[in-house]
Amino acid sequence: MTDFLLYALLAGLGVAMVAGPLGCFVVWRRMAYFGDTLAHSALLGVSIGVLLGINISITVAAIPLLIALGLVYLEQRGILSLDTLLGILSHSALATGLVLISLLPDVRVDLMSLLFGDLLSVTINDLWLIYGVASTVVLLLLWLWKPLINITVHEELASVEGVNVSAVRTALMLITALVIAIAMKIVGVLLITALLIIPAATARRISSTPEQMAVIASLIAMLTVVMGLAMSWYSDTPAGPSIVVCGALLFTLSLAVRQRS
Amino acid sequence: MTKALIRLEHIGKSFGSRPVLENISMQLMRGEITTLIGPNGAGKSTLVRIILGLLKPDRGSVQPSAELKIGYMPQKINIDPTLPISTCRFLQLANTSHSACHAALEKVGIGHLATAPVQTLSGGEMQRALLARAIVRNPNFLVLDEPVQGVDVTGQNALYSMIAELSKSLNCGVLMVSHDLHLVMSATDHVICLNQHICCQGNPEQVTQDQAYIDIFGQTTAVYAHQHDHQHSIHGEVLDQQGNHQHGEGCRHD
Repeated sequence: MTDFLLYALLAGLGVAMVAGPLGCFVVWRRMAYFGDTLAHSALLGVSIGVLLGINISITVAAIPLLIALGLVYLEQRGILSLDTLLGILSHSALATGLVLISLLPDVRVDLMSLLFGDLLSVTINDLWLIYGVASTVVLLLLWLWKPLINITVHEELASVEGVNVSAVRTALMLITALVIAIAMKIVGVLLITALLIIPAATARRISSTPEQMAVIASLIAMLTVVMGLAMSWYSDTPAGPSIVVCGALLFTLSLAVRQRS
Repeated sequence: MTKALIRLEHIGKSFGSRPVLENISMQLMRGEITTLIGPNGAGKSTLVRIILGLLKPDRGSVQPSAELKIGYMPQKINIDPTLPISTCRFLQLANTSHSACHAALEKVGIGHLATAPVQTLSGGEMQRALLARAIVRNPNFLVLDEPVQGVDVTGQNALYSMIAELSKSLNCGVLMVSHDLHLVMSATDHVICLNQHICCQGNPEQVTQDQAYIDIFGQTTAVYAHQHDHQHSIHGEVLDQQGNHQHGEGCRHD
């Protein structure tokens, strides 16, 4: 086995591990469109990073986070419905990112790898970053698990029971931005949401507690990474889309299983 | 002499330029059931949210006592079916003790539903589950926002008497929001009639004889109907025929 394949596998597994539980929250809280918006804005993060000469790893997490906080602000002002706001922000961020990248004269950026991932070019430094971020996310999720479930069920009840709802919500946005930043390398900005919600939706069929669902989603996401990489290796297909295709395949198979309550 | 669990003084709240609550003062006592009644748009939910600390009033102050512990029952709850969560687990979000959750479910009569997914409960069962969650933290003050919503009349009676019993056995204060005067009268100690300001208050017998109450709700309490005896100014302020702010007989603010 060659090094680049091993790196790709390790990188994919690291991201999949956290994509599972985070994806559960995206599904439970109906944040799929929200996740899409943040993922699209990661592309804007790349172009801003290149433009300002800042480390791209920082801006791909920072810009989605800023967009998320902006969304909260705009939603509270109640000018437009959240759905419309997301539609505006999602596509403006994607378009602005693309326009900015095309304006950069000296830099050759591989647009395809940004949009659909470039798993096979993962370096050892990427691995350090992915595992550093992934372990931070796991620790945050473990620490905030109970309040996160509580605000997912009912925010006002949680608040009356003493949960600092806005702090927990902000933490969830931070976690989402972090996962998007590392998942971008694997599946690209256009497919991140798929990596989040497909394993979670598949896990729902065979889970009867939130914790079970999170762990099973994690395992399913890891399985799809292995399957996708194998598919990419043997049939020379792009790795990111292959992973998503395998995820969709597993989900389709799971429909045959009677859903546990 | 019982000490107030929570005291409100001269609360005022506006949304934009529209006043919703004006000069609300009240105190809620341990062991007493207070019912908040009033027409739609009277500010009932806003007042409840202020008491719960979910909303900050523009004017006035909310003074909770040191030992105040609130159990809250929201009007409705919508849990996504993709979240696998049993009724017991739903309660454990408020109190991790497994036995306390089972005891609370038994108390409201749905002990047999502990392992059922909470999304599969019927309207009446869900109201009971919400009530169980409100009591599972051993609160000394229950805030119940329209607790009998979506429950048939027999079930409503049962729920109201259950709330009265719980209030007694837990020795807690209760604040209930209700539309239904007829049913709620028998299970309440103190009634506050709200229409942006406190129109009148007292025990059910006093309130039903109060002119301000009769003006709003009419003589018969069996059918709920809100009839305006007054006009509202463009700012929502209550005006009499001459255009001055007016008060009901039981009105205590100045």
